[in-house]
Parts: sequence; structure tokens; C-alpha cells
Amino acid sequence: MPDDRADDGSAVPRLELRGVSKQFAGVQALSDIDFRLGRNEIVGLIGDNGAGKSTLIKLVCGYHSPDEGEILFDGAPVPDLTVEKARRLGVAAVYQERALADQQQLWRNIFIGQEIESRFGFLDVRKMRQETHKLMLESMGFTSTAVTPESVVKNFSGGEKQGIAITRALYFDADILILDEPAVGLSIKETDKLLRFIQSIKEAGKAAILIDHNIFHVYEVADRVVVLDRGRIAGRFGPKNRSVIEMTEIMREIAETGKASIPDDPHEEAVENEEVRP
Amino acid sequence: MRDTLSDSASPMLDAATLSGRGVSLWREPKRFVRTYAGQLGITGASLVLWLAFVISAPGTFLRGDIYGAFAATIPLFGIVAMPLTLVVVAGEIDLSFPSTMALGMVGFVLMWEATGNVPAAVATSLVIGAIAGLINGFVIVRIGVPALVATIGTLFFFRGLSLVVMGGRNVTLTALRDTFLFRLFVGEFFGIPMQFLWFLLVTAVTWVVLNRHRYGAAVYVIGDNIQTAELQGIRTKRVRTVLFVLVGVAAAFAGILSSLFIVSFFPSVGEGQLLPALAAVFVGGTSVFGGKGTVWGTFLGAFMIGTINAGIVAAGLTGFYTEFIYGAVIVVSVSIHALVQRRFG
Repeated sequence: MPDDRADDGSAVPRLELRGVSKQFAGVQALSDIDFRLGRNEIVGLIGDNGAGKSTLIKLVCGYHSPDEGEILFDGAPVPDLTVEKARRLGVAAVYQERALADQQQLWRNIFIGQEIESRFGFLDVRKMRQETHKLMLESMGFTSTAVTPESVVKNFSGGEKQGIAITRALYFDADILILDEPAVGLSIKETDKLLRFIQSIKEAGKAAILIDHNIFHVYEVADRVVVLDRGRIAGRFGPKNRSVIEMTEIMREIAETGKASIPDDPHEEAVENEEVRP
Repeated sequence: MRDTLSDSASPMLDAATLSGRGVSLWREPKRFVRTYAGQLGITGASLVLWLAFVISAPGTFLRGDIYGAFAATIPLFGIVAMPLTLVVVAGEIDLSFPSTMALGMVGFVLMWEATGNVPAAVATSLVIGAIAGLINGFVIVRIGVPALVATIGTLFFFRGLSLVVMGGRNVTLTALRDTFLFRLFVGEFFGIPMQFLWFLLVTAVTWVVLNRHRYGAAVYVIGDNIQTAELQGIRTKRVRTVLFVLVGVAAAFAGILSSLFIVSFFPSVGEGQLLPALAAVFVGGTSVFGGKGTVWGTFLGAFMIGTINAGIVAAGLTGFYTEFIYGAVIVVSVSIHALVQRRFG
């Protein structure tokens, strides 16, 4: 395995998976995965359907627990990770279909599971509406009077919903954002905005794991790319070292043969060293 | 973060919406109608029904007596309809509560006969209600039996258990007449039946829980999209289990009120309350698919359901019409909700 140290120079990654395996009813979803995420980098996670991408992120979110191996945050293993614990550790997942409760108002969606309370679990609805309104203007870009914190999110566009979910994650100080196919169903214009949104995660000093089928999206925003194939890591690449055509070739090769013929990129060259780019 | 995902670029929201208040009828009448369309619909429908009664039987419906009768009988199922609303909002159902009403009363009667202590009897009944709810919750949430199926089972099971334990025996409760708790539960307060005040209390508490407490927020999200709830860290199993416990306790309480009201305990208490309570919830606009529903809707729904019977008799129609009109009211109300949902939802 190449040294896959975090790109901020610190030896301790923000998030690390060590030798993680997971089975479902006898099917090996992940086997012996080593994965690291630096404090301020965006890692693209790509792979075909069934490669184990979703399983990997569900482990990180505490939704499943690994059969073997350990998950470390800032170098410390967290043996019994739950959804709540993962969230307290800064993980926020942005799932397109499962992020929002469609029939509920915007303000309820921002605060699902982490409502602002006055006392004894009673809600401070007024405060939540105000905060939602601020977020709408400052982060989500809803400036139309047709949309208020009371609006039900069902009729929002895919991009708007995605924006709500990302805004929610950043509002609650998540610094490990997990974006699962965020561009599915978005228009070209909305996708551009989404990619800039993802860039802004990095600019804000946070980290993200981006899952996407589309190599062009990943190429644009990811510092590193990890390719999964049939539950194993099939390759690690720094897209800035390679052209998008080269990356596409590598992807195709992995999909067909299960591994890449070229060796993994050494991490130090791969990330942040723009000057070594050919 | 300057980047945004929306294409809209119309004028800024006004200061009024920044205040964190809800939608005001006076400031934004159109938005108010859109936001509360469902609740306005049911309010309108119940007014229409009431006017129909007034026109067809003014002698009865313009005098107070009949309202006293309504206030005495509607709470007997309305009190269960409240927590049942939460259950349906969460996308579940509970059909077992009529039998829980009886099972709780079995505990009441046995404790009372053994000790003569009425508060202990009440406590026993409520605890049994809670246990019955826990059993439902366990079978549905932990074992994973769909609520419809599980509570059909416990509907028979709890009723059967009551009959077996009592050996079919009825118990006269006349000796309780002079106790404080009897007056507190089914006495009168300035001419208002006490059970009606209890119904108001349960309604108010349910409203607060559903709309102003994190528990209610969780109930809405679970009914809307349980995966979202889980991914956002809501303890869905616990929330769902508690729902059935709430219905169990409310059912036991309604069983006490029903039995004290007629001053005797029959192991058949609660039979006939299943459909009125469910009808109140659905007529009130709560979605059978979960995620949507209001306490106000159920409150009015209970009145609509509870007045039809007396209204039909007072209007001079024979009892044959009861179910006919009953059915018509239910079908029309739920159709209104479906239309409102399509238009404004």
C-alpha cells in the first residue's frame, strides 16, 4: 500500500479505516479496506455498482458496524460507532433521496434530530424559523418570497434539496461531509453550482468524501481518487497528475479486470503539489 | 459560503418572516390558506355538518342539552383518538385499544376488590395499559410484525385475556359513586361533564407533544421517511415503541371513564369504540401513509363522528340512516382531504 498520509502534512488523518471488512448475509461487501481522509481534502470514491461504496460510507456514518477492522477519528479508534456518535465526531452524510423528509416544512428539515430546544425537549420553533431564514438567504440562495421556512420541501428541485442537505451539514459544524451521488438528477447548471459548493467545503477547511459515477465531476473537485472494485480497493490516484482521458482509461481497465495495470500514485505527489503536474 | 444552488433571484423576504413567527392570516391570507388548507377544510366540513343538523332539527341543536350529551360521550373514544393520531402520523396503526380498555379495567376491578383502594386501582389499570402498549411495541418494532397484523392479534388476545380472567363476570361500581376520583373523572364541573375536560386536556397535551416537542418532530419524520430519521440519528425504535405505550395508557384511562360513566364494568367495554376513534383520526385529515396529520383535525373529526348518531335521530330520521350518513360523512371528508392534498400539498 502506498503511503496515503493526510495532505496537510500531519501524520494523523482526520478519518481512517484500518483493515475493515463487512459481510451481509454471506456476501462480502468490503474486504480489508485501508482508507484515509485528511483534515482538509476531498477524496473521490468511485467504482461500479456493488463495488462497496455505499457500504463504506454507511460504516463511516455509524449506520453499519464493521465485522473486522477499526475506524479511527483523529487517530483514535472508535469501536462502537453509532449514527449519533459519528455525527458528534463531525460526520454528516448528504444522501440525495434520503436526506429530507418531503412532507415537512423547511425549518423542520434543517433541524431533523437536532432541534433547537428551550427546556425538557420542548422546541424553540421561533428560533429555528429565524435560523432557517438566515440560512436560506446566506447559504441556500432562496431569495424568492414564494419560499419561506414554512414551505414544504416536496416541491423543491433536486438541486435545492441537495443545497438544503449540504447547508444543514455545514450549519451543524460537520467537517467530514459524505456526498453520495450528489449530482444525480441535477441539471447541468445545478451541477456546476453543486461542484462549486463542494469546492467551498474545502475552502472552508473541511473534508469530504465524494461518491460519483461521473469521473468528470470527481476529476474537477477531488484531491485524490480511490477506486473500489468488488469490495476491494483497486487503485488510488491523484487526478491532478493525470488527464481525464487517462483516468477514464484506468476506470475502464479496473471495471474489466478488477485492477489497474499502472501502479498507484504516491500520495505526496498526488495532492496539492500543483507544480509537479505535467 | 457564497455559492447557492437556487436560480431564483426575486426580492428579499420581508422583515415579518424574519421574526420567526408562523404564517399570519392577516398579513398573508393567501399563504395562510395554502399552509393550513387541510385544517381549514375539516373546519369548514364540520361547520357544514353542524348547520345541516341545526336546519333539520333546530329545536334540538339550538338548545344546550344535546351538547351536554355529546360532551359526555365523545371523550370516551376521543381520548384514545389523540395518541392514535400520533401513531398514524408515524405511519403505524393500532387496532387493539378497545381490548386494552377492558384489560385495564380488569386490573382496576381486581385491585379495587382486593384492597378497596381506588387510586391504586386507577394506577393498576394505567400500568396494565402501558404494558399492553409495550407488548404491541415489542411485537411490531422488535419482532417486525406489521402493526395492522400485530394489533389485530392483540385485539383478540387482550379481549380474550379479560374474559378469561373475569370469567365473563360483570361488576357493579355503584360503591364508587361517592369517591373523589369518581367525581374527578366523570362528575360535573359547572354543568360540564368532567370527561370532556379530560378530553380537552389530552387534546392540548397531544398538540404540544406533536408540534412543540422533539418527540413529535421525530414522529413526523418517522412517518415521512424512516430512513431519513435513522440517518439523522433519531432513535426510531424507541419513539415507535413509546407511541403504542401512549395509546395503551390512554385506552386504559378511557376504559375507566367508560365504566365509571355507566357505573358498571362489563368485560365488553370498548367494543364499538374502534371505528369511531379511527374514523375521527382519518376524517381529521391524518394521512394513512404517515408524515401528515393534525390534532385539531382529529378533535373536530371526533365531534363529527360523535354527533352523527344523535343528529340523525333528532332530525327525525330512523336509525336505519345512521350508518348510511355515517359512511357518507367519512367518504366525503376523506375525499376533501385528498383533493386539498392534490391542490395545495
